[in-house]
Amino acid sequence: MGILEVKNVNKRFGGLQALGDVNLSVAENTVHAIIGPNGAGKSTLLNVLVGKLIPDTGSVSFEGQSVLGRKPYEINQMGISRVFQTPEIFSDLTVLENMMIPIFAKRDGAFRMHAIEAVGSEKSVIEQAEHMLESLNLADARHDHAAAMSRGNKRRLEIGMCLAQEPRLLLLDEPTAGMARADTNNTIDLLKQIKDERDITIAIIEHDMHVVFSLAERITVLAQGSPLVEDTPENIKGHPKVREAYLGESA
Amino acid sequence: MLGLTKKDFSLLMLVVALTMLAPFILNPFPEGSAMAQFNAGYPDLMQRFVIFGIFAIGFNILFGLTGYLSFGHAAFLGVGSYAAIWMMKLLTTNIIPAMVLAVIIAGLFSLIVGYISLRRSGIYFSILTLAFAQMSFAMAYSVLTPLTGGETGLQLRNTDARILESAPDGGGISRANLFGLEMTSSYELTLGAWEFTFNVGYYIAAIVMLLAFYLSIRIFRSPFGMMLRAIKSNNTRMNYTGLNAKPYTLAAFVISGMYAGLAGGLMVAMDTQVGPERMFWTASGEVVLMTILGGAGTLIGPVLGAGMIKYMENIISKINETILHQWFAFMPDGIEDLMVTMVYPFIGKGWHLTLGLIFMGVVIFLPGGLVEGGQRIARLFGKGKAADAKDTQSTPAE
Amino acid sequence: MDAILLQILNGLDKGSAYALIALGLTLIFGTLGVVNFAHGALFMIGAFCAVTLSRIFSMSYTVIDETQTDFLGNPLKVDVPYIYDIFGQAAGEAIIDWSVPLSILFAIPVMILIGVIMERGLIKHFYKRPHADQILVTFGLAIVLQEIIKYFYGANPIPTPAPAAFAGSFDFGALVGFDPQTIIYPYWRLVYFGFAALIIGAVFAFLQFTTFGMVVRAGMADRETVGLLGINIDKRFTIMFGIAAAVAGLAGVMYTPINSPNYHMGMDFLVLSFVVVVVGGMGSLPGAVLAGFLLGILESFASMAIVLETLPGLNQIIIYLVAIIILLTRPRGLMGRKGVMEE
Repeated sequence: MGILEVKNVNKRFGGLQALGDVNLSVAENTVHAIIGPNGAGKSTLLNVLVGKLIPDTGSVSFEGQSVLGRKPYEINQMGISRVFQTPEIFSDLTVLENMMIPIFAKRDGAFRMHAIEAVGSEKSVIEQAEHMLESLNLADARHDHAAAMSRGNKRRLEIGMCLAQEPRLLLLDEPTAGMARADTNNTIDLLKQIKDERDITIAIIEHDMHVVFSLAERITVLAQGSPLVEDTPENIKGHPKVREAYLGESA
Repeated sequence: MLGLTKKDFSLLMLVVALTMLAPFILNPFPEGSAMAQFNAGYPDLMQRFVIFGIFAIGFNILFGLTGYLSFGHAAFLGVGSYAAIWMMKLLTTNIIPAMVLAVIIAGLFSLIVGYISLRRSGIYFSILTLAFAQMSFAMAYSVLTPLTGGETGLQLRNTDARILESAPDGGGISRANLFGLEMTSSYELTLGAWEFTFNVGYYIAAIVMLLAFYLSIRIFRSPFGMMLRAIKSNNTRMNYTGLNAKPYTLAAFVISGMYAGLAGGLMVAMDTQVGPERMFWTASGEVVLMTILGGAGTLIGPVLGAGMIKYMENIISKINETILHQWFAFMPDGIEDLMVTMVYPFIGKGWHLTLGLIFMGVVIFLPGGLVEGGQRIARLFGKGKAADAKDTQSTPAE
Repeated sequence: MDAILLQILNGLDKGSAYALIALGLTLIFGTLGVVNFAHGALFMIGAFCAVTLSRIFSMSYTVIDETQTDFLGNPLKVDVPYIYDIFGQAAGEAIIDWSVPLSILFAIPVMILIGVIMERGLIKHFYKRPHADQILVTFGLAIVLQEIIKYFYGANPIPTPAPAAFAGSFDFGALVGFDPQTIIYPYWRLVYFGFAALIIGAVFAFLQFTTFGMVVRAGMADRETVGLLGINIDKRFTIMFGIAAAVAGLAGVMYTPINSPNYHMGMDFLVLSFVVVVVGGMGSLPGAVLAGFLLGILESFASMAIVLETLPGLNQIIIYLVAIIILLTRPRGLMGRKGVMEE
């Protein structure tokens, strides 16, 4: 039984079958990559996992509990964090404030009104946030506006914000899309470090095979909305079906 | 001090000093001099400065922090006013119960309006709030006449059945008071050619505004304030951080509605009457103008904006052509006439035109309002030491 | 039955004005993605185009008529419009009488010009800014425009009559077989409705059947793709802004006999027109027209005596009430497209 179980999920948009009979099991404390050519249904699947889309049929459960019909913030509170393709951070806030918000959320839940006490008096939250920023090598920028950071650092911050919530499942949506090589490698190193240091399950949707093969322990290949194969990276590399799916796309 | 950082505390102290010394500051010109018409230190206007200051401070908690643009905030001010006058008609002319009820009723009303309106965002939210406010206005004007007095509104009368107090001796209408201290009573101080008026009502309103201002600083600097800024900045990330934006925005909406109710209650305390035009959408537009002009999302901006607009409305609007001719009298006749013709459309009755132009200028060039303008000027002069240090640090909302 | 028909007719002229303003607002929003709070001011400027033209026509010089005397026995001073000298007295009188319809010709170029200047000079710089900023800057512009008009024309309403030929009312009831005198309808209101229908038809035909309109519609649907085809969509959108301004202006010109223009009429109509746009569905042209007429007629029904007896004041709040209900039950309005102005 995996930490995340997707069973018989179907999703149609009008006449288009976006997801057809998807079954997926992500084992605890592994890095599981979902790859596939454009239009294979990767983003749709991700949106189903985070509660943005509700599938027509099938079930999605996390640690034995169904996520279907729950709002994104509720799913997040179950222990699933999501990293977006373009970093979603609070650009108008400082880097430190960005890091404090998930820590508050972790501590206080979906809503709690601290309207009178000063942010500055929340010593333990600030401490945790600073500590987190240090481990991300972002401590020097703590008082900068998040908008002023480089693309790579925004990505680091976003991943850090997700980790600050101590999720048990981290979903990454093409985390290195549009990044320069150096930034991509930095991100890979960061994710490797996370994998080594924490008890965390990572599900990653990715285009870049370099990233996939540096990180993944299991790989699921999606094609035309359905899982084609699921195996270890070594076996996927030479798999004829996978070659066909990708070559079919480029031909 | 008082739970504020040093910087915020100095700002608060500055505002305390300004409001307490306002009768002096606003009356810099000797009585009877040509410039005396620019004196704004009379009770009526000073009261309006601080009351609209409260209104704008509250509006800023919603718009400045969350970015939700309400076009119907005057409704809460109006509801607060009606609640206050009924308290004075039925219970006592002491202003405390009136203001308490004004805040409570406005809070409840904004809870209903906010709960519904916040189901939408962006322009839809603005239109919904506008629709609610216009509806309140229309109903106060027509259906609710028994409650609101319709077009004529409500005033205090000596026939009012005040449970907690007896009619004043010798007939007459009892006046709004704070435990017997009447709002209208003033002390006049004459120093040479200068005349200063110290009005009870003004000082009470000013103290209320200081409390409201202090509370808004606390809200701005609190985790709650940070959450509101986070909602404005990126609602998606908010959702994916396990936070539900709705209760936060609703809380901000209700708080700002209660500020509006407080302002409405104070208006009644100062001038014991109310009419439905107080809820008309132009009144809602005015508080938007005040907040943006002064600097949305800044602490002191809304107060400055409120002061500026009320000053223009009451002082600049009174300048007429004759006065202009006096000003330019030193010039040759032809040029004098030309100057008057050129300047006249922008002042006196045309002050709205100036206001509109300034407002557009602020939206286009100075999104941080007058406060940002002030900061830029300060940076220009203080270049070298202070400016550089400030730039590297974050400059959170002032 | 006749009462219902009367209310529908009564709702048509206000509904026409709402529909025309809402149509322009939607054109601007759909093409440029801008929420234009100054659109009511364009309506108002259109109305003042009619005022201006009728003043120009009536410009006169004074002649002393020696043949007549006034009651003091002095020679009578007579104001003679210049236009009499140009076209002769009979034609001149007709021109003055028809100044409102003639203002259409005057208003079209003026309004297009104002619209294009507005778009190029101001709105253009706000495409990428948040909707709140667009609302605020156009709100400021609306204040400025109405103050300029107030400066030149004063604060009082200026009566601007329709041509004498349309001055009366006609017995609509008798025409369709009801008792005479049950449905009386002023001619000009009928003219206004016909005019509005014509303009709306023209705008739709223009968008539907011309290449220009096709490109604009494509641009409304997917701006980027059209831009990639190498078509200069910005220029066309500027022209669309001019057209939207003209539509609002013409609505104003023809409205002058129904309601004497004053400087704040634009804002009064704008507030309601925004509600109309939102009810119709942001970005939907048919929705704007439909909602305009629907709300105009609803408003008129709500002002019936029977309704007011049971629900006093309903006529004042009906539009807002409908808007609130629609927005909460059908967030996209009656005919709104998906994804317009949503998070």
